[in-house]
Amino acid sequence: MIDDEAVNNAKERLRQEIGDLTAQLNAKKQRLRDLEATTTDVDDDSNAVSPKQNQRALTNDDIARYSRQLILPGFGVAGQLKLKTSSVLIVGAGGLGCPAAQYLAGAGCGHVGLVDYDRVDKSNLHRQTLHTITRIGMDKTESAKIALEELNPHCRISCHTRLLSRFTAMHIIRDYDVVLDCSDNVATRYLLNDACVMLRKPLVSGSALKLDGQLTVYNFGVTGPCYRCIYPVPPPPEAVTNCGDGGVLGAVTGTIGSLQALEAIKIIVGLGDVLAGRLLIFDGSTLQFRNIRIRSKRENCHICSPQPLITELIDYEQFCGMHATDKDNPLQLLEPEQRIDAMDYKALQQQQPAHLLIDVRQPAEFEICQLPSAVNVPLAQILDDSYLKQLGSQLDSKELPIVVLCRRGNDSQIAVQHMRNRFPDHSIRDLEGGLHAWSSQVDPSFPTY
Amino acid sequence: MGGTPDLKIILEFSAGAELLFGNIKKRELSLDGTQKWTIANLLKWMHANILTERPELFIQGDTVRPGILVLINDTDWELLGELEYELQPNDNVLFISTLHGG
Repeated sequence: MIDDEAVNNAKERLRQEIGDLTAQLNAKKQRLRDLEATTTDVDDDSNAVSPKQNQRALTNDDIARYSRQLILPGFGVAGQLKLKTSSVLIVGAGGLGCPAAQYLAGAGCGHVGLVDYDRVDKSNLHRQTLHTITRIGMDKTESAKIALEELNPHCRISCHTRLLSRFTAMHIIRDYDVVLDCSDNVATRYLLNDACVMLRKPLVSGSALKLDGQLTVYNFGVTGPCYRCIYPVPPPPEAVTNCGDGGVLGAVTGTIGSLQALEAIKIIVGLGDVLAGRLLIFDGSTLQFRNIRIRSKRENCHICSPQPLITELIDYEQFCGMHATDKDNPLQLLEPEQRIDAMDYKALQQQQPAHLLIDVRQPAEFEICQLPSAVNVPLAQILDDSYLKQLGSQLDSKELPIVVLCRRGNDSQIAVQHMRNRFPDHSIRDLEGGLHAWSSQVDPSFPTY
Repeated sequence: MGGTPDLKIILEFSAGAELLFGNIKKRELSLDGTQKWTIANLLKWMHANILTERPELFIQGDTVRPGILVLINDTDWELLGELEYELQPNDNVLFISTLHGG
């Protein structure tokens, strides 16, 4: 096994080196492009106009690059010039933000801003199409910037590598014409909405989960509603599922993200009917798009009515009772003695092979990886008591210890709490930190997802 | 009873709301046509008859919880009187959970 380890280390080192070299290479390419762009400008106009004035005309390179959209009726040179002088802020460089940024930079948007505090992780790559294996660990904003500059060096990319907060939002958003909500949590959605209302910026809002997607444009036009007009009260936290827990298909975020770019382009160019006061619902499983009519502005909206109750940004995590990230929020439901940590569970396996190990994840997750002796009883079947039938006589003896586990140790606590009500004298504990803890503390070869 | 007119409507669920109703996305309902059916009555009926998972994720008080949109014939129920709207034959009532992921 030493050999395997050596090989793995060598692979890891090489990946790291290749990543560093790629970053260096990209920086050099960018410098070259900058220099080339400067020379071209001088050739184009011997009077050497300032870059700002130069944006009022299309260069030969622009004409060649954008020819397929330039010939569109209703778009044309005027549309291209509007795009060239426009700026779009994309909040979230993930599954929605990547394709949105790709199409906006590709179409010749003059300035794209990217907001994201997170770094590239391997589990992002299936849907976050600007990031690559060599850029794992890099800031998502920087990784996306490299990809976008390779696609279109004429598009200026600004990286705002931080969590958007009530203290930074106004300052960042102020400089942009249109804002794309490509975020992954409720608190950020309210924050972005309120800031965009105060700064009078149209907000193109996309979201996706599993095989479903939704899209609408807030704060656009005279009657167009804002997020708070539609959702005056945030949903209860237990009703909110993130992509890390619920799963999502890349082609679904790709569909919605691409449409966000389309709506932004339409707003900038003044093309077609913008999706304001309407909500697009995409069901990827039946491949149905539905366009529904939603209400217009709410007369007594707390933020966008003529007499708003909210006049400065508030604490959105408190307002929503949820964090402004989609990262784990560990539950603390059980007392310490009702839990067993991964190392102690390993010891228990050896000392007391006769015990009942219940894995409460969904069958699709159980199929990915499982501990050898585990029985799969999804949480829903614990909560509706159908587990009693499934496990039958195994639950009869108080002497048989029961350990409940899940992916990260949240659902297992809910299950233990429920089971303890029925079997107060049994030894029922949950595996603290779930399979993630098992992998990090006991068996590094056990896969994590 | 023979001769009693039924009120036929279609219920649809989208973006995860179906998970609370036996994972069925579309249902055709025949309600007792001798009484008046408002959305408020319909919600009570749904709660009693077809809601299979954690009711608090669908109902709060006598209305739907925040974050679920109700559409009647593809139009926001807020434009149509919300709970007071009286169901008509062949109405399509759609419940959508709001998504937040990206």
